[in-house]
Amino acid sequence: MAELPQDWLAAGRDRAGTPRGGQLGTRARLRTVVGLGGLVLLVLGAILLPWLGGLDQTNVDYSARFIAPGVAHPFGTDANGNDLLLRSFAGLRVSLLVAALCAVVSTVLGALFGALSGALGGWPDRLLMRLVDTVNAVPHLLLGIVIVALFRGNLWAVVASIALTHWTSVARIVRAEVLALRERPFIDAAISGGSSRIRVLRRHLLPAIVGQAAISAVLLLPHAVWHETALSFLGLGLPPHLASIGNILTDARQAVLLGSWWVVVFPALLLVLTTLATSGIAAGWRDRLVPRRRSELAL
Amino acid sequence: MERGEVGAAHVTTPSVQPAGPALSRNTRRRAILGLIARRLAFAFPVCGVVLFGVFLLAALSPFDPLEQYYGVRLETASEQDMARVRAELGVDDPVLVQFGHWLGGLFSGDLGTSRSFRQPVAEVLAERLPWTVLLCAAGLLVAIVLSVTLGVLAAWRQGGWLDRVITSVGHALEGIPPFVLALVSIAVFALALGWLPVAGLTDAGAALSVGQVARHLVLPAVVLGISQSPWLVLHLRQSLLTALTEDHVTGARARGLSERMVVLRHALPTALLPLITLIGVRVPELVTGAVLVEEVFSWPGVAAAVVQAALAVDFPLLAMLTVLATAATLFGSLFADVTTALLDPRVATDG
Repeated sequence: MAELPQDWLAAGRDRAGTPRGGQLGTRARLRTVVGLGGLVLLVLGAILLPWLGGLDQTNVDYSARFIAPGVAHPFGTDANGNDLLLRSFAGLRVSLLVAALCAVVSTVLGALFGALSGALGGWPDRLLMRLVDTVNAVPHLLLGIVIVALFRGNLWAVVASIALTHWTSVARIVRAEVLALRERPFIDAAISGGSSRIRVLRRHLLPAIVGQAAISAVLLLPHAVWHETALSFLGLGLPPHLASIGNILTDARQAVLLGSWWVVVFPALLLVLTTLATSGIAAGWRDRLVPRRRSELAL
Repeated sequence: MERGEVGAAHVTTPSVQPAGPALSRNTRRRAILGLIARRLAFAFPVCGVVLFGVFLLAALSPFDPLEQYYGVRLETASEQDMARVRAELGVDDPVLVQFGHWLGGLFSGDLGTSRSFRQPVAEVLAERLPWTVLLCAAGLLVAIVLSVTLGVLAAWRQGGWLDRVITSVGHALEGIPPFVLALVSIAVFALALGWLPVAGLTDAGAALSVGQVARHLVLPAVVLGISQSPWLVLHLRQSLLTALTEDHVTGARARGLSERMVVLRHALPTALLPLITLIGVRVPELVTGAVLVEEVFSWPGVAAAVVQAALAVDFPLLAMLTVLATAATLFGSLFADVTTALLDPRVATDG
């Protein structure tokens, strides 16, 4: 029998797929804290900075066009001579508000749909889930573009476009949750006590899924920001007086061809930071609620 | 399944042995054909419902087809003239009747006329679809090569600096919209370095040739591939990590095989299977990415046509493109399920 090499422990550590460094649990907690802190900073910046800086987006000053980032303008200036730092944060505020609105609307829609489907069961459930499959079969951005194209020109078209395409994932999650809850004794007790289906749904099922629905709303937030930005970038999103990050990036298309890289980079950076912060929070939160899924965290 | 088929030998380490090989292979084939038939039968009603949904949205929208028909001449058109056009276009018919007319046209091969391109819809599709297919295929190829290479590297040294760099760049890329990536790549590779053309299919005035198209394809395809790859990289890393803890990998290690052999020949084939499924399921995201990338690079494909059609409320074209994308999505998920069922005999074919 071959003898184990002296440094068998170190050799084992060199095997492919062996984790090294950092405890996974601590790192997840760190991500939540950093994400939460980052999001708070971004939101504070979005609320305070445009106000403190006295941003006037209708102002046009061609003498201050395309100034490279420096002390006076940390992010540089755009085609109209506006300070890009203030403008990006103002855009972030619009993006976040619209995204939050969309996330709430689609979560409520999806939660009601999923709860109804799960609670009814049988053929209505199957029919409703086929509907979810059908909506999912159309690429979200494309369906969103169709909706915005046909109802153009206002904020509600954008909200509808995002809410109507994103509720399906919430509906699926909530339905699965309701199906699991239905097997629990307290539901049996309510039914034997003579509660109607509607009462069971309202008093027992809906309150139990609030937590899941809240996580879904937070998880939807970056998707909604992304979707809104893409629509606005294509010229199908928010009207120019509600300039979001997407509108700023549309303007940046010409700026890049003129050689001003900062007009793209800084607004995009804010977008990425927001997404990362939100997904960090959501991942940590899910981890706490459902520890079994810890291994999926990396996804 | 014969030895030597794509990784099949390693995938088939089932805990439950199939009954007789010949018998099981035949039933298996029939089950997979059944799966395809069922999915195709399901695809038609789905496309029909999507068409009807898009049509309902159009009927609900405040958009007035007459305004489109007349343009600025709406101010000067006479009442009788307008009434005649209304009757001709069937604007006042009930929604279902209008839908019936339109559907009848579709079945007789008349897809309608695109207003924004001033061409029949069928012609627009025939001209532009090949370019989109080319771009998507090239982008997918880039994404697959990138994700397999980086995913294996990251999982090989889990927790090492390379893994951390790949995972965090992957997470950051998930948050970057493809059009930002496209703009940055134009700024760097087309404008600052001048290596590649900014946009379009050929240089201005140049004739269509393989070399021209290839040069113009590089940036859009790489951007599309990179924008699709983070999900694939992170997913492959995760499934490879899971595969590395499986019994047959431990067995391979116990036999004293080299790390290279263990990872690439024993763990990777098992991990590639979920990747194929993911690629099939992510077709909608590929379409979305293609819309944005084609728009930025002025690539003359159908995805960019979506945006033009939407800006001009060009309903016939918009509806056809939506159905086309739906069909692509359904095909993607069918492809994923069939490939998985073919490669892994443990997978049930219940649909």
